[in-house]
Amino acid sequence: MTDLLALETDLGAQIAAASDANGLEALRVAALGKSGSISGLLKSLGSMSPDERREAGPAINGLRDRVAAQLAARKAALDAAELDLRLAAERVDLSLPAPPRRKGSVHPTMQTMDEMVAIFAEMGFDVAEGPDIEDDFHNFTALNFPPKHPAREMHDTFFFNPGPDGERRLLRTHTSPVQVRAMQKTNTPPAAPWIAQGREPPIRIIVPGRTYRKDSDQTHTPMFHQVEGLVIDKGIHMGHLKWTLETFISRFFETGAVTTRFRPHHFPFTEPSAEMDVQCDRSGAEVKIGEGSDWLEILGCGMVHPNVLRSCGIDPDIYQGFAFGMGVDRLGTLKYGMPDLRDMFAGDTRWLAHYGFSAFAAPNPASGLS
Amino acid sequence: MKFTLSWLKDHLKTEADAAQVVAAMTMAGLEVEHVEDPGTKLAAFTVAKIVEAVQHPNADRLRVCQVDTKDGRLEIVCGAPNARAGLTTIFAPIGTYIPGSGITLEAKPVRGVVSNGMLCSAAELETAEESDGIVEIADSFPVGASAAQALGLEAVIDFEVTPNRPDWLGVSGIARDLAAARVGTLNDLSVTPVPGKFACPIDIKVDGIACPAFSGRVIRGVKNGPSPAWLQARLKAIGLRPINTLVDITNLITYDRARPLHVYDLAKLVGTTIEARLGQHSEHGDEHLIALDGKTYDLTAEMSVIADAGGERPIGIGGVMGGESTGCSDETTDVFLESAWFDPIRTAQTGRVTGINSDAQYRFARGVDPGFMVPGLELATKLILELCGGEPSDAVVAGDIPAPPKGFDFDPAYVKALAGLDVPATRTVEILEALGFTVEGSKVTPPSWRRDVEGKADLVEEVARIEGYDALPSTPLPATARAIGGVLTTRQSRARTARRALAAIGYQEAITWSFTARKTAELFGGGGDALIVANPIAAELDCMRPSVLPGLIEAAGRNARKGFPDVAIFEVGPIFGGDQPADQRLAVSAILAPHAPRSWTGKSGDDLFQVKADLLNLLEELGAPVGSLQTAQGSANSWWHPGRSARLQLGPKAVVAEFGQLHPAVLKALDVDGPIYGFEIFVEAIPEPKKKAVKTRPALELSALMPLSRDFAFVMEKARAAGDLVKAVVGADKALISGARVFDVYEGPGVPEGAKSVAVEVTVQPRDKTLTDAEIEALSGRIVAAAEKAVGAKLRA
Repeated sequence: MTDLLALETDLGAQIAAASDANGLEALRVAALGKSGSISGLLKSLGSMSPDERREAGPAINGLRDRVAAQLAARKAALDAAELDLRLAAERVDLSLPAPPRRKGSVHPTMQTMDEMVAIFAEMGFDVAEGPDIEDDFHNFTALNFPPKHPAREMHDTFFFNPGPDGERRLLRTHTSPVQVRAMQKTNTPPAAPWIAQGREPPIRIIVPGRTYRKDSDQTHTPMFHQVEGLVIDKGIHMGHLKWTLETFISRFFETGAVTTRFRPHHFPFTEPSAEMDVQCDRSGAEVKIGEGSDWLEILGCGMVHPNVLRSCGIDPDIYQGFAFGMGVDRLGTLKYGMPDLRDMFAGDTRWLAHYGFSAFAAPNPASGLS
Repeated sequence: MKFTLSWLKDHLKTEADAAQVVAAMTMAGLEVEHVEDPGTKLAAFTVAKIVEAVQHPNADRLRVCQVDTKDGRLEIVCGAPNARAGLTTIFAPIGTYIPGSGITLEAKPVRGVVSNGMLCSAAELETAEESDGIVEIADSFPVGASAAQALGLEAVIDFEVTPNRPDWLGVSGIARDLAAARVGTLNDLSVTPVPGKFACPIDIKVDGIACPAFSGRVIRGVKNGPSPAWLQARLKAIGLRPINTLVDITNLITYDRARPLHVYDLAKLVGTTIEARLGQHSEHGDEHLIALDGKTYDLTAEMSVIADAGGERPIGIGGVMGGESTGCSDETTDVFLESAWFDPIRTAQTGRVTGINSDAQYRFARGVDPGFMVPGLELATKLILELCGGEPSDAVVAGDIPAPPKGFDFDPAYVKALAGLDVPATRTVEILEALGFTVEGSKVTPPSWRRDVEGKADLVEEVARIEGYDALPSTPLPATARAIGGVLTTRQSRARTARRALAAIGYQEAITWSFTARKTAELFGGGGDALIVANPIAAELDCMRPSVLPGLIEAAGRNARKGFPDVAIFEVGPIFGGDQPADQRLAVSAILAPHAPRSWTGKSGDDLFQVKADLLNLLEELGAPVGSLQTAQGSANSWWHPGRSARLQLGPKAVVAEFGQLHPAVLKALDVDGPIYGFEIFVEAIPEPKKKAVKTRPALELSALMPLSRDFAFVMEKARAAGDLVKAVVGADKALISGARVFDVYEGPGVPEGAKSVAVEVTVQPRDKTLTDAEIEALSGRIVAAAEKAVGAKLRA
């Protein structure tokens, strides 16, 4: 039996010393293979007497099991060491840059417009649209601008050359012509499905879109964006106009602290007419809304002029309502601080990255506007 | 329109200061643009008295003065010839900025004598353009009094007059509104006629077209010359240059009563008739006039012309400007005074054509009160007699003064109905009457100067603005039936989705002009006559764009020139195929000018196919039937690379998008380096999604069986589209084949000349049982047959 002990001690030492899988496999074959040392001992059991076998059997089997276990343990240890080694070799420098991915953004004017649409949609306004190239009737005459009236000149209109019918088409100077399209019921459908169609009151629409005036400086661009609003129903009065715009302004600027005031003004297509100012601080480089004691004009509005209702076939003795128009780019610059309106349309990628919005910042009443 | 507080107080009895007046004006609808207070600029300047003035020891022209100032007695060196003992003048201490000379005073010796400040001239104070010597002011002003006060400078209020209120172009009109708003009470400045001493020797003829009404009279024996100081000061305060008494009087009444007048030198008139008629055109062309500004103007048949010499000689453009030949000078002794009424539209047109924007033209174009035509003549007569002496003739009036506005019914309850404002009926009447309206029972008649008031809504505005918009209630909008499922149309939703989807995959949204240069538009299939802007803001923005792409490409070029060439931008906006409403379409366009930074991984994508992937991705988001789109290569427009662009279409007339690489020649014409890739989606061409009654989706059926894949290598003609091959492969058995994808394209050795090898991985999804080898074999046969039939492809040997 001392032989078995010596053999076990010897095998144990060799297994522990095995440094790789191949060496270990050779040891396994030498001990447990067909002609291995332990296999030989097991075979010798057959030639033993029952008594001898009763004594030697468990000893030899026990030896085989322990050696097998040692081999397995050593193999696991060697595998783990080899994996560690391989993983160590696979190290990469994670301070290296990831593959570049371009970062997209939404233009601040469009973000602002989406905010406005979200606010007014909550108040029950539909979104109506009309063409950028308009005729004199929709842009002026139907809106109570008398022909040749000086008020027309204040609009700095872009004109096209007279067409075959002798009429000069023009670039709309405001989104108000869509008021006319939305109110005036005609027998023919609109020229294109996206153009507002005349409907019966009650009417509650906003009109976002591009508008054009021949003007260019830090606060004027020859193309700009407006959102027009129109509410026509029975019994709508200036108090409703005031509430609507006050509510809008406080939601838009996302502050309850904003103070507004209404001031009389003149627009041919509204009567009475007003401009709305917000209280602000203009002492520094940027205008701060909700602070200071200065006033800044932000939009024009009023009760739709009876002549406009009449020219659209609506009886002003039955229906009345209000309209307003605001500059989207301008309100956007006030809220988000772009200093020069002309940069809005230059497409400078650094400007777009700085003032743009994430694709996922879609205005949403649940998460807030911005 | 500018005026001063003291001028206003001629008309309005009030204790209000400038700030209170401005606040009241603003809330009554007179939008104050700014208040220029010369006192601010001259805050450091004060009254001082020269006690002693002696010759400077080292300079002939300088005097050394002992001056009593707010800082005590100071020694000041002065070069003015009028610097003398006893003179009261204006002093500026060391450190003061002198506006007229642009310097800040320092204490330094002048020829060896230190001057402790400065005595100032009118030019240095900027109260006159030039001056001879230092300011001399009345002894009554104490030392230390403010210069602005001593010089009679006061704040000038400048406000914007809206086109509906020409009556605000006179101080009297402003005062009337402020009185109605309870800022003060109106002084009675009504005009009484001046009786004539003799029959007017001049006849007036009007034709009723060029000039509806004309009044005038002769005044003999006047003495013209510089006007009195008060009149000059009044005009100068609002920036007008005094000329002579006669002209200054007409300017005064223009600003005081919004009533322009004209004075002719009677001695220079030819004949005894003044005629107002239209301009005449003869074979020699239009007649012309040298006007008071010294310039010569052609008088067209649309203009109102004042003529003498039996109507032959033009002596003025009616309502716009008088002629040089009959103007008044200091030597004038006899005058003909004109107070006429010219048509606003004709005057406005004449102003546009001649470019003359005189005070008279501005007022007549907006509408002068016809009711004050004759009173204006009387007021001017009175002032001329007071300031120049002389003897007036009878006043003569020709033509018909336009009828005053008509009255209409007005129920004061309409104020509440339209404005939501609770105003007692008595207050409503009080406001209207204060503004000059006549209220008789239910009938309200506007005054002659309020031709803008046509109906009851106008009266509501009058009452509301005078009562104050602050008093308007804030009334929540009535609840309304809300659109179920959102308010946006499909087109509006698609525009928003496109914006957010493109931003999410790395494109920056830009907004570029709707107009471009005509030659640029022509490169992109536009530039037609109907879309040329007749009066563009700049020559390179004279044509409506036929495509968004040029604006984006030019933006890429600008970025590259600034050193930022890697550009991925898009725009959602209108494009114009013609000038009719239906010619406007909505485009979603993007470009990629790839200059991505080099990567240490050494891998880079294929930008052309990246753009294709972005486009298809986006079209899917927009709900386009991507599976049904044909890729029509070689049919895209001329601004695309002919071999690297295609249309995506549902049919030849239903082009949903174009995409590819931009044509190098087009980029060169736009002075932009390529390559640039891009796409343009025509939103209206994407079919409207089918309206579904219910939102539930069809049940999801997942096969329990494993899909299997088989690879096929086909050889086909190089020019045939791999897309058609894939379509044929998928079509071979729509039930079993769930997908097919090209994974390799090869040309070269082993493949015949003019052919290419296209390897396709086909995914087969067994439906209800696993496929046997024989079934798979049969399916493969159908795939190969379909490929051959569709594109002539054969299995690669």
